[in-house]
Amino acid sequence: MAEKSSVFDMIGPVMIGPSSSHTAGVVRIARAAIRVLGGKPEKSVITFYNSFARTYEGHGSDKAIIAGLMDFKTDDPRIKEALEIAEKEKMDYTFKSVGNASVYHPNTIKLILEKEGRRVEVIGESKGGGVINIAEFDGFNANFSANLHTLILKADDVRGSIAYIANILSHDDCNIATMSVSRKGKNAQACLVIEMDSGLKDVTLAYIRSLKWVKEVIYIPDIDL
Amino acid sequence: MAFLFNDFASWKKYCAEHDLKLHETVLDYEQEQKGRIPDEIWAGLQKAYGVMKEAVETGLNEDMSSRSGMINNGAKKVFQHQQVVLSKEFQNLISRALAAKEVNSCMGRIVAAPTAGASGILPGVLYTLQEIHGLDDQKILEGLLIGAGIALIIEQKASLAGAVGGCQAETGSAAAMASGAIVYCLGGDVDQIFNAVAITIQCMLGLVCDPVAGLVEVPCVVRNASAAAIANSSAQMALANLSGVIPVDECVDAMGEVGQSMEARYKETALGGLATTPTGQKISKSVLIQDIEMLSDEDQE
Repeated sequence: MAEKSSVFDMIGPVMIGPSSSHTAGVVRIARAAIRVLGGKPEKSVITFYNSFARTYEGHGSDKAIIAGLMDFKTDDPRIKEALEIAEKEKMDYTFKSVGNASVYHPNTIKLILEKEGRRVEVIGESKGGGVINIAEFDGFNANFSANLHTLILKADDVRGSIAYIANILSHDDCNIATMSVSRKGKNAQACLVIEMDSGLKDVTLAYIRSLKWVKEVIYIPDIDL
Repeated sequence: MAFLFNDFASWKKYCAEHDLKLHETVLDYEQEQKGRIPDEIWAGLQKAYGVMKEAVETGLNEDMSSRSGMINNGAKKVFQHQQVVLSKEFQNLISRALAAKEVNSCMGRIVAAPTAGASGILPGVLYTLQEIHGLDDQKILEGLLIGAGIALIIEQKASLAGAVGGCQAETGSAAAMASGAIVYCLGGDVDQIFNAVAITIQCMLGLVCDPVAGLVEVPCVVRNASAAAIANSSAQMALANLSGVIPVDECVDAMGEVGQSMEARYKETALGGLATTPTGQKISKSVLIQDIEMLSDEDQE
């Protein structure tokens, strides 16, 4: 049975208009993406796909995505002035529109973000009501909602790695809600995305980072906090 | 186990059996389902009501013009207009519902109640009700809880989303919530509250979602004002013990049935109704981004 709605789904959420999928969801995609990058981007290329391609200005999704890249929350009144604030902060960004990417969800945004030589590519979908799905990260299938605490690992494709990581998390008393694994080829690099009900201790993260076969660790606690 | 808001008849029965008031059952539900303590729930409601009132003030005092140009300080114009149709109170009601909804269209902060597209109705209605009758905030917050209970049932039996059930699901549900809250705040009993909901749904039934250029502006903004008026007319009838004849649960079922049979072009797709009128299309062309890349079939691989 689906989870019951809250009183505050009926009287709420408190949000910036005009629509939860075009503002709140878009802000959240950007907030998730800068956490994947590890900070505010120096350079951003933002592509709006399909339904978003034509309507992103009218619905203010351009302001919403820039606001999210500056780490504003979904109910921050400054979202309306995000483009002016970004100009003052000399943010470097470009918008693109692609109208017919049939492989993507109707409301899809691709972000290519750069900071201090690091570059990440994140594809996010705004699914309505502020709910999002981060569909891809650097070409790997990611499929996480960023509602919970998320752990992303890039690692060598070695035997037993999933069981090993799951074991470490269970020792931190952490319940795994969802997990997805994808790889670019046999024995190539694999990407592990784990959503957890509770957060991880620093020492757990440090241990995972110290493993020889783990190449990259990204930890994203609840993005709305 | 708390009541799960499946339908109105069992809500009434549950209240009678457990000697609870309508709003107390909603409070119990939220505690049990979401693990929130009452203090937290009341604080959340107070915050929401604060944001609603703030949206009304913002809409009446700050510049409210949207990027498309379709929204241009309408609430202020109505609020300040010299010529009064019924009474100053009615003029206030209409302008306040417009004000909060204009704030939503112009990227201001609002409470989605139940959705962003219907975010002007409860603010306009409750602000005006509190002012006219000198009600304290606690009463209004109890009214909001009853509104939430009404919406929980509509969500289960029909829908609250324009993309699923058309405009009746959004502004219709908000008006039903507001109408129930009015009757409660003015001392109505359970039957009168549910009759207000039934009558409101009957008045809002069948409204399609046909937004010009796909924006939450035309006709959404003016429909928030008319829905606020209907919430009040229904409450006036229900308080005089008029029933909707068709029981409230059957009215909600009818809303679900009408929503299901509605064609997709009337469900937020901007492919029918006002959106496809010659003027609607002209506006759409000027608002929507025309310079977009189209991928070739090979790029789609």
